[in-house]
Amino acid sequence: MQRFSSIWFKIGIGVALIVVAAVLPLLAINIPGILPGPTYTPGTLSMLAYAMLIAALALSYHLLFGVGGMLSFGHALFFAAGAYGLAVMMRLLAPQVPESAVFLIAIILTLGLAVAVGNLVGALALRVTGISFAMVTLAFAQAFNVLVRRNTGGLTGGEEGVTVPVNFLPDALVGVLNTRNLYWLALAILVIAYLVCVWVQNSRLGHVLAATRENELRVRVLGLRPYTVRLFVFAVAGVLAAVAGIGFVLLQSGATPRITIADFTLTLLVIVVLGGVGYRWGAIVGGIVYTILDQRLSALASSGWIQSLPDVLRIPLSEPLFILGMLFVLVVMFAPGGIAGLAKTLTTRSAKGVRTMDVKASANGQ
Amino acid sequence: MSEQQQDTAVLSVRGLFASVAGQQVVEDVSFTVADTGVTALLGRNGVGKTSTIKALLGIIDRTGEITYRGSSIDKLPTHRVVQRGIGYVPEDREVFGSLTVEENLRLAILGDSGNRETVDRLFPELRQRAKQQAGTLSGGQQQMVALARVLMEQRGLLLVDEPTKGLAPRIVTEVTEALKAVAEKTPVLLVEQNLQVVRDLAHSVIVLSGGRVVHTGDAREFLDSDLVHRYLGVTAGKDDA
Amino acid sequence: MSTILLLLITGVGLGALYFLVASGLSLIYGLMGVLNFAHGSFLTLAGFLGWEVGRRVSDGTWAGLLIGMLVGIATGAIAAAITELVFIRKLYNRHIEQVLVTVGLGLATVALFEGIWGSDPIRIAKPAWLGQTTNILGANIPNDRWLLIGCAALVLGLIVLFLKKTKYGLIIRAGVENRTMVTALGIDVRRAFTIVFAIGGAAAGLGGVLASVYYGQVAAHQGTSLLIYAFIVTVIGGLGSLSGAAIAAVLVAVIQQFANFYLGGTGDLAVVLALAAVLLVKPTGLLGKKTTH
Repeated sequence: MQRFSSIWFKIGIGVALIVVAAVLPLLAINIPGILPGPTYTPGTLSMLAYAMLIAALALSYHLLFGVGGMLSFGHALFFAAGAYGLAVMMRLLAPQVPESAVFLIAIILTLGLAVAVGNLVGALALRVTGISFAMVTLAFAQAFNVLVRRNTGGLTGGEEGVTVPVNFLPDALVGVLNTRNLYWLALAILVIAYLVCVWVQNSRLGHVLAATRENELRVRVLGLRPYTVRLFVFAVAGVLAAVAGIGFVLLQSGATPRITIADFTLTLLVIVVLGGVGYRWGAIVGGIVYTILDQRLSALASSGWIQSLPDVLRIPLSEPLFILGMLFVLVVMFAPGGIAGLAKTLTTRSAKGVRTMDVKASANGQ
Repeated sequence: MSEQQQDTAVLSVRGLFASVAGQQVVEDVSFTVADTGVTALLGRNGVGKTSTIKALLGIIDRTGEITYRGSSIDKLPTHRVVQRGIGYVPEDREVFGSLTVEENLRLAILGDSGNRETVDRLFPELRQRAKQQAGTLSGGQQQMVALARVLMEQRGLLLVDEPTKGLAPRIVTEVTEALKAVAEKTPVLLVEQNLQVVRDLAHSVIVLSGGRVVHTGDAREFLDSDLVHRYLGVTAGKDDA
Repeated sequence: MSTILLLLITGVGLGALYFLVASGLSLIYGLMGVLNFAHGSFLTLAGFLGWEVGRRVSDGTWAGLLIGMLVGIATGAIAAAITELVFIRKLYNRHIEQVLVTVGLGLATVALFEGIWGSDPIRIAKPAWLGQTTNILGANIPNDRWLLIGCAALVLGLIVLFLKKTKYGLIIRAGVENRTMVTALGIDVRRAFTIVFAIGGAAAGLGGVLASVYYGQVAAHQGTSLLIYAFIVTVIGGLGSLSGAAIAAVLVAVIQQFANFYLGGTGDLAVVLALAAVLLVKPTGLLGKKTTH
């Protein structure tokens, strides 16, 4: 009975959060220091949309690492495949199909591409485990990075990157005034990513996966193939990342090789660990906090008082990635559960009972 | 547990718990090891004998009281436990296969020189094979390296885990003889499946079942009783090799 | 023929650079189970400091370069030892967390280097001879390759000597094979961890200074990009195997050179394919063994 009501309580909070997020573009909330301007302004909406897409991407990584115990160093590959895929598909389709159908067909083809790449890379990489798995995924992502930077087939634009052909987009997604539509799109993508995570984790598959992480042998004895289960989750995470990538390329009207480099995947890892490994909402909070910190720290770096500091302080403080990197190191060393773990410890300490073992167990998985 | 036993114990263990990957493998185990001769730790496969040994050494996470020669060692990391004088001969020998026999032995010397004479006397064969890679030795020879390794230093107690496992009968006899010679000077806690070896070497037994101690007492009495059948699943008086 | 010779020797030269980075990575992973993402930063820092000191002493001369190399070696060793003592040791036996910490350090330090030296590469001066070529059987080999090959061979020799002849070398070799058993012989392996980190850092530090000679520049991202190749080399060679790293380093670099020349600049792709192929055929790498990690 109590459990039943706590589920409805959680759903209630979730719906309330979505509603609040959805009406933000209609309000004029101003949080100086955190947001660049009032919530209805395109600048703020665009930043928030970006943060939500990163959160969706972090959720897909949570599925991979937090749930599946697969430490991938190449997840950026799928995000980039979604972003580059859509832009390139649209350009390729433009002369072939009716103008109004270009966008839709391009999206379907990009998703198809993501499914194919996810299965292919997964099928190969999952033949090894642990650090070797991480290396193979890193290598694939690196290969994609090379392809993109080489301007392969004259399609990926080299270092310049790609732009989305604006005239084939639905009007509602074009122009600064329509930023709020893109914001709602990003919110929708985040919600979808969340629901997919819930679905995978609560399905039989999710339980098998959790069992695989704990004890591969036991699963094999049960007659299930961990390989197949992992591959499925790897592909689902890949497609989710690609969907976030599609949102990203629409929001930015283009993409650059920056999203294909290994550092971008490592950033994702930082986000998931910062938020709390094994927690869905940890990944979301991590994604949003990280993006906002990154943007705000950059703004802070150029502010007067930092510029006037002596070099020893000014240089480290004007590098957001230095601060975030060290923050991450501190979190790993002293708060292994991340933000979610800290919150949980604080709430359960009052309700007595310790659940930190969960966090440790999932962080040590694989 | 009588007072007398307490006084002559080299090692006493009380309320030992140990876990591997979150799974409890040793549960509230208490026993003492006498300061002379061989004490055998018995039980069916998977009952927690090897885990108990590893817990004593701190190779796996453990809690409980472990007292060795009057001082507590339950908080010490593995290398400190060993430095106190406890030698370990692991299951499956675990010699360093890529190192030579000589290097395997040299690694075990903690002080300046080590007890080379003792080792040469007990295992003359190893001297001839000093330059050979330990990984290319036979199982019996590897077992000798593993035994010789702990004997390079003066020990106050030896933990020996299944030294005759997988060895040919002739080699089993050799290893048993070597252990007998060693046990004259150093007390030994022995894990052994081969009950004939236990009969030859041990004066007392500790029997584990389900991660707990279910019986302690004289070795011969136990081996001749029907408890052997109950706890080890073999008929009294026969070995299960 | 002369083209093949040129590609081969240049390949070995580049392989020498890969080896300097990969040797430490492989030893550290073999002994401790830690894949060190901060290794590239040891290299970059050594490259910068070696250049800063070298050019102040005597810019563009052999004396300056030699001092730079010594400074680089010391920088790499000290940075690595500090990393191990301050960060890695606290997370003893928690491999995932150890990897994460090195990831964070790698990201943070590269940002810091950008803050100090800027994000654009800085051209450096080197002794004139290194900029010239030597004719071998009709192939004009850039002279800096000889320096790289010589240094890497020397480092390989010294590490092998250390591993074979010293007590710590013995402990490290045994620890790579079975670390638990080493502690069960009463040896405190943690000191060996610091030593392995310092040796790996020193090799990477030398690699950092030589990389700046090879590329003719120092840059904040130099270490990171070399690190990815070093990872690939380490995995192909077999994690924990020094000779595996040496063989794989040369193999990877030679494949890269040949593919770049004959297959229209596809060197990077060829390397990735080689990695995939090796892992699929032999997941433990060329000379890798099953480790206890």
